[in-house]
This record gives sequence, structure tokens and C-alpha cells, in this order.
Amino acid sequence: MSTVTAERKPQAAARQKLTVIDCDIHPGFSTPDEIYPFLPERWREHVKTFGGHYRQAFADTLSHPRMAPEVSRADSWPPKGPPGSDLAFMRAQHLDGNNVEYGMLMPLNRGPGNQRNLGYGAALATAVNDWQIAKWVTPEPRLNASIVVTQEDPEAAIAEIESRADDRRFAQIMLPPRSLEPLGRKRYWPIYEAAVAANRPLALHVGGINGYPATASGYPSYYIEEQHTNVQGMQALVTSLVLEGVFERFPKLKVVLVEGGIAWMPALKWRLDKHYKRLKAEVPHLKRLPSEYIHDHIWLTTQPLDEPDVDSDLAEIFEQVGCDRIMFSTDYPHWDFDDPKFVLGKLALSHEKQQAIFSGNAKALYGLK
Amino acid sequence: MDRHVVAKVEDVPPGGRKLVTVRGRPIAVFNLQGEFFAIGDKCPHESGSLCQGRIVGLAEADLPGEYRLSRQGEFVKCPWHGWEFDIRTGQSWCDPTGTRVRAYDAHVEPGAEIAKGPYVAETFKVTVEDEYVVINL
Repeated sequence: MSTVTAERKPQAAARQKLTVIDCDIHPGFSTPDEIYPFLPERWREHVKTFGGHYRQAFADTLSHPRMAPEVSRADSWPPKGPPGSDLAFMRAQHLDGNNVEYGMLMPLNRGPGNQRNLGYGAALATAVNDWQIAKWVTPEPRLNASIVVTQEDPEAAIAEIESRADDRRFAQIMLPPRSLEPLGRKRYWPIYEAAVAANRPLALHVGGINGYPATASGYPSYYIEEQHTNVQGMQALVTSLVLEGVFERFPKLKVVLVEGGIAWMPALKWRLDKHYKRLKAEVPHLKRLPSEYIHDHIWLTTQPLDEPDVDSDLAEIFEQVGCDRIMFSTDYPHWDFDDPKFVLGKLALSHEKQQAIFSGNAKALYGLK
Repeated sequence: MDRHVVAKVEDVPPGGRKLVTVRGRPIAVFNLQGEFFAIGDKCPHESGSLCQGRIVGLAEADLPGEYRLSRQGEFVKCPWHGWEFDIRTGQSWCDPTGTRVRAYDAHVEPGAEIAKGPYVAETFKVTVEDEYVVINL
């Protein structure tokens, strides 16, 4: 028989109207060929004939089945097309439904940065960027586009950044954190130089198909295991950016880690600082503690929220990370979406800090009014 | 406690479900092989609508490598984060000691019996020829 000891009540609705900036919204294609009109003829013919080509077996597949069809909430399917593909439906269910003041588009569609054919990848990046403006941002100015670039072809990435730099509808630059080499490596620095020149943060949303296992000891067996590699991957990424001297070389570079978790950050700072003090002779290009570079340059998004049993544990961790560096996100329409009212109920922080996390930090970072 | 007539039996076939509102509460009504059950619609985690979830069984294992599927069709999985609830009792499978949704008394009554009253029918006319799902609340 039941051993239930308590009936947990649903999170109480916020007393006042909660408005949010959502730093992770995934826009979808209504049909797979919706991108074709945005590609030049040469690459339209290419994709029709040869398709995409990732660094893993089987074209256009994921390495693990991901919990739900289209990785999405079962209630996020519009009348026609897959989740996230219908603006009217997204407005009703999410933008209006959750009082989203601004939303950051995180297009993962066809993974331009993952394409082995660099020419196709670059054309796809340009097409996805034009598509964001045409399908989403023009009819819905609450949405902000991301400049999708191909990190393995810095020249093409720079050209794409420069061509969008004057268009403020693009809030940031997006590349996958799972690249061919750790993103701190010098081969990627020209992209960072262009990002600073364009005055845009980098948004690194978990994922990327680089052909390597997601863990340092091989391929995970389970999706739940792969989920946790997002945390390990973000730690490796931050470590690389700091230790290679990216932030010493580009003191104005700002980086947003999207969907990679938050609670691990204090531990990484402690450990890097400790090791730096002993091993700084190996990395003399660093002039400050790793934790200082991290705080000055790195922002984190909330979803999927770490959910300790005691809410005050979460608040303590957020304080250690810095409540000025954490930004709210939902991951709509994906299955692990976080509802803003739920997140508010979990943040045992002052009203000012809650406001900063729900919108103030993103407004300051992206220069939103 | 009132008798709330919430559906015609034929409108919720075996394996089906229907979202109803009783006294302002959203309630998910399920038909498990001819037997009717009703639980609160809002998931206690982040308030996903359980009525829109997939109907599943349990995958269980006593040891790694020994798997069995049991109680097929008796659980609903929240459409957001996949928390499973026992449709019969509202008990949570993923957090059985800390979480449950309320289960309501749902049963079938013939129209002739209901017509004697008193009852509350939300959206349709009760006829003596049909059978109805009734929730006591």
C-alpha cells in the first residue's frame, strides 16, 4: 500500500505578475525543407542530393534517443508541424503564457557548426540566420536571433559575424561547445576577436557533434548518462577558455553557457584556483586567479535547474556563483523545460536577486531596454 | 459531496482519457480497461497537464540485465519531465514518499439512476439510455 507521507502542493503562483527574459528558446522548421529557400542554389542542390554529413554514423541522427519525440514536451505540438515550429502556437503557449519579455533564439537546426563539409556548413549558418529573422524576429520582435557560425571555419565565421554586426536583432554569437578541439585553443581566437569587435557575447549551448565521446572515458550507455556529460563538457570548456588565456587576450569577451547546469561552478573555481597557485609557472600568461576570469567573463543559464531537496542549498550555490551571472532560461519546447513560476518558487533569494536572474542580468548583458 | 457527471462512458474508450473541470479543479479521467479513475491534472512538480501524458507501464529490474515490463497501461507519464503516476491512486512512482496527486472517486452510473438526482452535469444532457462517468466531490 501507499507509504505517502505528504501531499506536495503545486508551486504557488507568483503573487505579482512575473515577467521573464528566456535565454534558451528553440525555434523549429515546420518541414525539413523549410530552409531550402534560404540556401543558394548550389547548396540547395547539394543538400537535396547528398544531405548533411556529421562526425558520427548515420546522417541526421542523434547519438541517443532523447526521452520524448523531437526531444519535446508532449503538449508542445502545434496543430501542424513539430514543436517550436509555429509562432502563433509558441506565442500562446509560451511567450504570452509565461510573460516572456524577450526570448533568445537558440537554433540547433541542422547543426551548421557540426557539418564536415565546411562550405555547406557556412551556407547553412547564413541560411539559418536569415531564417531566424524572416520567420521569427520580424513578426515577433520579442525574439532575438543568434548569429550561428561554423567554428571549424573561422574565416567564414568572421564573415558571418561582420555581416550581422550592425543588425541589433542579433543579440549574440552561437557556436557548439563540442568542437574539434577545446574552444580555448588558438585556432578559434579569430572568432573571439570578431565577437569582441561586434560587441556580442558568445552563447555556447550544450551539444555539438565532434566525433568524440562525450565523456573522457568513452561513450555513455544511457541518455541519463549523456545528460550528465553536459556538466563535464562545460567544465572542460571553462577550464580550456581560462587556461589557454582567452580572457587575458580578449578582456572584453563575454561567454554565456546555456543548459550546462550551475551548481558545479563553485567547485571548479576552488579547484582551479588551488591548482593555479601551485602550477602557475606552466601558464605564466595568466595574470589573475581562474575564478576571477570566470566571474568577469562567464554567464550561466538556469535550465535544467539544479533541484536540491532544500531550496536554501540552491540559493547558497547561486550566491557563490554570483547572482549577477545567472540568467533564466526555459529550453522551450524541449521536454526538460522549466516553468518560470516553478523556478521562482525555488529561488530562496531576495526580490532584487530574483529580478536580476529573471531579467535584469540578461538586459544588462544584451543591452535590452 | 456532490455527484458530478463528467462524461459519457462512450466518450472515454478503454485506454482513453478526458480532461474535466470539477469545482474549478482540472481533473484527468482515465479508462483502464473499462474501469474509470480520476486524478488531479496538475503534476506536483512543475504543473504539467497529466491528461496530456503518455500512458505507460513500469520497467523494473531486480538486477542489472534482468528487466521486466509490468502493469502496462496503468501509469501516466507527465508530458514535461516524465514523472510517472499510478492512475489508480495518484501515487508517484519516481518519488513515492514525497509526492502524489489527489485521486478522486470516479465510477459509472446509468443515466436512469442519475436522472433521479441530485447531480451536476457540466456540459451535456443526461439521458436515461446512456451510461455516465460520475465523480464524487
